[in-house]
Amino acid sequence: MSAADLQGAREEVPAVDSGVDLGVALGALRLENPIATASGCFASGREMDRFVDVGSIGAVVVKSLTRLPRKGLPTPRMVETPSGMLNAIGLQNPGIDAWLEDDLPWLVEHGATTVVSVAGDTVEDFVHVVRRLRGIAGIAAIEVNLSCPNVEHRGLVFALDPEASAELVRAVARVADVPVLAKLSADASDVVAVAAAAVKAGADGLTLINTILGMAIDPVSGRAELANTYGGLSGPAIRPVAVRVVHQVHAALPDVPIVGCGGVRSVEDVVQFLRAGASAVAVGTGGFVDPFATETLRDGLAAWLSAHGFSSVRDIIGDVRTGHDA
Amino acid sequence: MKRGTVSGRTDRDGPIRVVAEVVTRRRTGPYTTLVIATQELAARSSPGHFVEVAVEAPGTLLRRPLSIARADAAASGVGIVELVIGPDGPGSAWLAEVQTGSHLDVIGPLGKPFPLPQRPARCLLVGGGYGAAPLHYLAEVLVPLGHRVDLIVGASSESTLLHSIEAKRVAHSLQTTTEDGSAGMRGRVTDAIPDVVARHGSDVIYACGPNAMLAAVSVLGGQLGVPVRVSLEERMACGLGVCFTCAIPVRDRDGEVQMRRSCIDGPVMDGSRVDWRLMGLGHVVDAMGGGADDPDPTEAGADPTDRAVVA
Ligand SMILES: Cc1cc2nc3c(=O)[nH]c(=O)nc-3n(C[C@H](O)[C@H](O)[C@H](O)COP(=O)(O)OP(=O)(O)OC[C@H]3O[C@@H](n4cnc5c(N)ncnc54)[C@H](O)[C@@H]3O)c2cc1C
Ligand SMILES: Cc1cc2nc3c(=O)[nH]c(=O)nc-3n(C[C@H](O)[C@H](O)[C@H](O)COP(=O)(O)O)c2cc1C
Ligand code: FES
Repeated sequence: MSAADLQGAREEVPAVDSGVDLGVALGALRLENPIATASGCFASGREMDRFVDVGSIGAVVVKSLTRLPRKGLPTPRMVETPSGMLNAIGLQNPGIDAWLEDDLPWLVEHGATTVVSVAGDTVEDFVHVVRRLRGIAGIAAIEVNLSCPNVEHRGLVFALDPEASAELVRAVARVADVPVLAKLSADASDVVAVAAAAVKAGADGLTLINTILGMAIDPVSGRAELANTYGGLSGPAIRPVAVRVVHQVHAALPDVPIVGCGGVRSVEDVVQFLRAGASAVAVGTGGFVDPFATETLRDGLAAWLSAHGFSSVRDIIGDVRTGHDA
Repeated sequence: MKRGTVSGRTDRDGPIRVVAEVVTRRRTGPYTTLVIATQELAARSSPGHFVEVAVEAPGTLLRRPLSIARADAAASGVGIVELVIGPDGPGSAWLAEVQTGSHLDVIGPLGKPFPLPQRPARCLLVGGGYGAAPLHYLAEVLVPLGHRVDLIVGASSESTLLHSIEAKRVAHSLQTTTEDGSAGMRGRVTDAIPDVVARHGSDVIYACGPNAMLAAVSVLGGQLGVPVRVSLEERMACGLGVCFTCAIPVRDRDGEVQMRRSCIDGPVMDGSRVDWRLMGLGHVVDAMGGGADDPDPTEAGADPTDRAVVA
């Protein structure tokens, strides 16, 4: 390897100033570029400082935070599946108080556009966390992780039921002083109904989708691969489902901003989500394989748009042809 | 990504990504050694570090974590890093077939390496399977620093025993064990440890191999009063500290169990603090005669790798 190969950061994408406008708006929230990180796939952000400048990421969605610290589930917590993986982490996190003290100041100092994902067992749990975020500088938005079992309703996951989702989003929106995104699940039998209920209850935008519930069994030992038996499927394996959900929800609620999420690896994947109707795209599992993904996708998107004659990323949002459209 | 490129925050310490040429491939029994040419990665590596390697086996997505089995920033003017791959699933099979002259996409060095003794120490290195490879590398680092190195390498049979001629040359003593007795002493590495500890007065044990072996060595170390540093293997989706799939139950100073990410807080950990029972290895602890409570952390001052003691 020659000294000429030593190029520092972002060697792969020429630092083109293509003149393409990458700015997007999620309601009142403006992002410099549409590439975000997915909750639970970027930890607190600090870990990734070794690879990328977190200040230049469209939005950093942090790991879901709960009222009290959580240790999470036993291992194995992960198993690889064809073009994807199953995980059951159990929301391991330091709790909202420790996060506010230890992690938020670092994100602020590094110029991150921080979106706080909140989780809980009960509506009151979520409200407690959101109340703690009131009046705190450096928080761009709140994302409500509705893929949590509601212990007050026999453990039924909020996101599966329009009414439970509406109740939770309403309670959060009432106390939040920044935009609220509701993160939904494709496991719901009618995700469009859940989306409509969440928006009616006060969600400013939607993140689509969380992982899809799955299971893998070791054929020889007969044991479930995950200690928790079931886990969330992520990665390219779920991308077509995520694109479908974004398209359906955008068609039904064209004015509601959407963050698309599920299996993003390449610039072409980002473009699919934008065309389906997402205004921004979150990268989760893809960042495990390529820790530089937020930067390479951002620069690659600018290059793609320029090469295809677009001057603004907003030109392709929702620009999809289906059926007999010309 | 272009071949031969280095990316990341090259101006700082810490991990980088390299697309490095495979300059040598060797087969030793069931193991394949890949030597990649990368001065930048070699210069940053220490024994106990690992890398995450991209694999292109059909249907796979995630990188594979592999220990750095050797690094030499000065080797033949280019700098090299060695990886040793054992037989496992599709990712390992793909890696074992990588041809000389092709390129590997590697991120590293990752994790916290083996802590080195802060005063002259008698070190016992215990390796099982491909776990012996990073210990040869550790021995190469320890000996020139003036430490004594005794090496125990174990395997199920001679055909799966990984011990290099260089290791034999660098270590002060080498004991091999095989479960079927086809080479060296019949038995497991733990059968050989008490005698070596008694003979050479080991101050610290470094162990690398399957988790069950690490559990057994940790229990034994506790019984013998020798601190144990283990390099753990837990499934890792990222290896970068962001996904929390690799959590290991570790007891903190108050005895409370915390789930620590082995990719960023490890993979090397204090064996006496790992809760092996919570890792599903209670049967190993019991077989080793581990008490209801796993071994206590060794007394302050007894551990030569403890920086606080010399500071
Ligand atoms: C810190 C560390 C260092 C390692 N060093 C080496 C080494 O030097 N040489 C070597 O041959 N192997 C090493 N391993 C184990 C190696 O990562 C696995 O054998 C390999 O990932 C298996 O992939 P596969 O596709 O062959 O098997 P599969 O079983 O099909 O893998 C499926 C998934 O499970 C994960 N997985 C399976 N087994 C393990 C395991 N034992 N540890 C971690 N993840 C696993 C894989 O990464 C993959 O994501 C190390 C593991 C860790 C955590
Ligand atoms: C290891 C892991 C942990 C996750 N943790 C969370 C979480 O805490 N909160 C959340 O809303 N989503 C979480 N997710 C879901 C992701 O944010 C994302 O919605 C999903 O993985 C699909 O995107 P991907 O295919 O790009 O990963 C997690 C996903 C993974 C793989
Ligand atoms: S493997 Fe992802 S946090 Fe350790």
